[in-house]
Amino acid sequence: MIVEGKQKIWADYQKDIPDDHYYYVRSCIRQSFFPASEVTFLDITRNKLGKDFYENPYHTTCGGIAYHSDSIPQETAMTIIARQFALMHESGYENYVCSCITSFGCYTETLETWHEFPELEAKIRQYLWDSCKKEFVKPKYLAHCSDIIYKFRHEIATKAKHKLINVKTGKPLKVVEHIGCHYSKMFPSKGFGGAEYPHVLVGMIEAWGGEVVDYPERRQCCGFGFRQYFVQANRGYSLSNTYKKFESMEPYEPDLIITNCPGCPYFLDHWQYVIAEQTGKTYGKNGYGIPALTYEEVAGLVLGYDPWDLGLQVHQVAIEPLLEKMGIEYDPKAKYKGIKGKDLGTPENPVNIKIV
Amino acid sequence: MFFNIFEKKNEKNTSKSVSSSVSSSKGHLFERLQEDYRVKEGLKACMNCGVCTAVCPAAEFYKYNPKNIVNIVQRKNEEELEQLLKSDTIWYCGECMSCVTRCPRSNAPGLIIMALRKLAMETGYYMESEKGRQQYVLVKDLCGNILNHGYCIYPRNFDYETHKEFGTVGKWINENLDDIHQRLGSNLDGDGPGGLRKIPQESLDELKNIFDVTGATELMNKVINDAHLQAQKENLTDEEYFKKVYTTNNSKKHLNNG
Repeated sequence: MIVEGKQKIWADYQKDIPDDHYYYVRSCIRQSFFPASEVTFLDITRNKLGKDFYENPYHTTCGGIAYHSDSIPQETAMTIIARQFALMHESGYENYVCSCITSFGCYTETLETWHEFPELEAKIRQYLWDSCKKEFVKPKYLAHCSDIIYKFRHEIATKAKHKLINVKTGKPLKVVEHIGCHYSKMFPSKGFGGAEYPHVLVGMIEAWGGEVVDYPERRQCCGFGFRQYFVQANRGYSLSNTYKKFESMEPYEPDLIITNCPGCPYFLDHWQYVIAEQTGKTYGKNGYGIPALTYEEVAGLVLGYDPWDLGLQVHQVAIEPLLEKMGIEYDPKAKYKGIKGKDLGTPENPVNIKIV
Repeated sequence: MFFNIFEKKNEKNTSKSVSSSVSSSKGHLFERLQEDYRVKEGLKACMNCGVCTAVCPAAEFYKYNPKNIVNIVQRKNEEELEQLLKSDTIWYCGECMSCVTRCPRSNAPGLIIMALRKLAMETGYYMESEKGRQQYVLVKDLCGNILNHGYCIYPRNFDYETHKEFGTVGKWINENLDDIHQRLGSNLDGDGPGGLRKIPQESLDELKNIFDVTGATELMNKVINDAHLQAQKENLTDEEYFKKVYTTNNSKKHLNNG
């Protein structure tokens, strides 16, 4: 293909992102399981990049997990979202950025459905007034937080203390990128690279020196499946999906997995533990797993944050082999400490997968 | 379970049955489906190519074929639709929406499934399948977390004992929850902004009002009441019934390799 033609096609998969002034909303899963990732995101954008990201303490869940577990009607989810938009407007912002991929999908679905069915938007507007006496203004721009890091990936690279490079061999680290399904599978034009060539994480990996791993099940869901995980009886579905992905990526010997959905790193991390304990199999070398990190954690490592400030100790899969490959110094004694060095004990050692 | 759901201890159910607040009238199922915007958006003209089934993670795991489901809806046969709503089939989807990307006719089988599930709950047909009855767990926990805490997930209700896959590190986190969240910068149950902050009461009140106005409260009450009646039939407490629904897995019936 001639270069001009390729560029023309690629242009269809781009989106413009405002430089600054965002209304920031959190993720139920990310703040519960990877809390330091949201702290890191705000520190990078506010203090390293000098941007304005405002958080209104009155914002709540978007209801997306309940919506995709079929526990609340569509109108309920949309009215909760309308309330979030009303809070944004009251706060004086028009660019909306969310930490959660499920939220990003719900916000996108809501805006697109309202666009197609204006009478539904009018109905939700009435519901919001009846329930909260609020009026909403739709955001001028909707982004996911990974879009922001993608946009500033080269600026982050210029400030990098570490690269995604093996300091012993000088070779790029082999990185699997896993994109949350609701980022662009439903509305491809809303994600960088669409659903066919998702670039939001690829761009970060390449800008920070790593090599992207292409493997057969690259676009397979992690297996969250909402009700397929939340109900214990269904969890085999979730585990099986993760297992399929790891079996597929194993021959490529990845050093690292980077994700942009809050749920995916939870499943890609914890199901490795289950597979190891049930079968004895580990996917990293020497009894270790493959670290499955959030993009904020990877950006933080690149920028030189302390691994334990990034919360890498809350992953079941040990991070130390990756830190050593990247040449990052760390204090092993500080890993499981609380504030001011408070002794919190240590997790038990699993039988088959190393955690330190 | 995931969340702190047993705030009130249940006695054995001997009280008089409470009638359902949502109609379970028969007929006109297709018309009711068409009222759902997800069907308006998601059902255009399926040509049965089967690409949705080929890409579907659920179809690989369960005895499940989204192409057939779209075809049943498209045929508008009321008897077939009723059987579908009573079946486990509609509850196998994981709502990843991979089908939406791949459909060459811009259908959205995943959205149609969501509309079918809502209709199954409204009609009460969901109570006739093992997977459908699981909605009790989901509605009670997720709606409870939203109304009590303003979040779908609330870490104090995430119980390691029913989530052993959380691992040894997860167990350590459960045992040191406040210290770890403090170490990592959360504002767990605190005032002002920050991760896991306490949602102000006026915001929780607004969420409750939204539930009341948009039908979530009615749906939630129906599901909880249906479960209560079923528990009575089985001579179980609500808590015992919850645990049964949460763990029952007739896998041979559901799985492709069963």
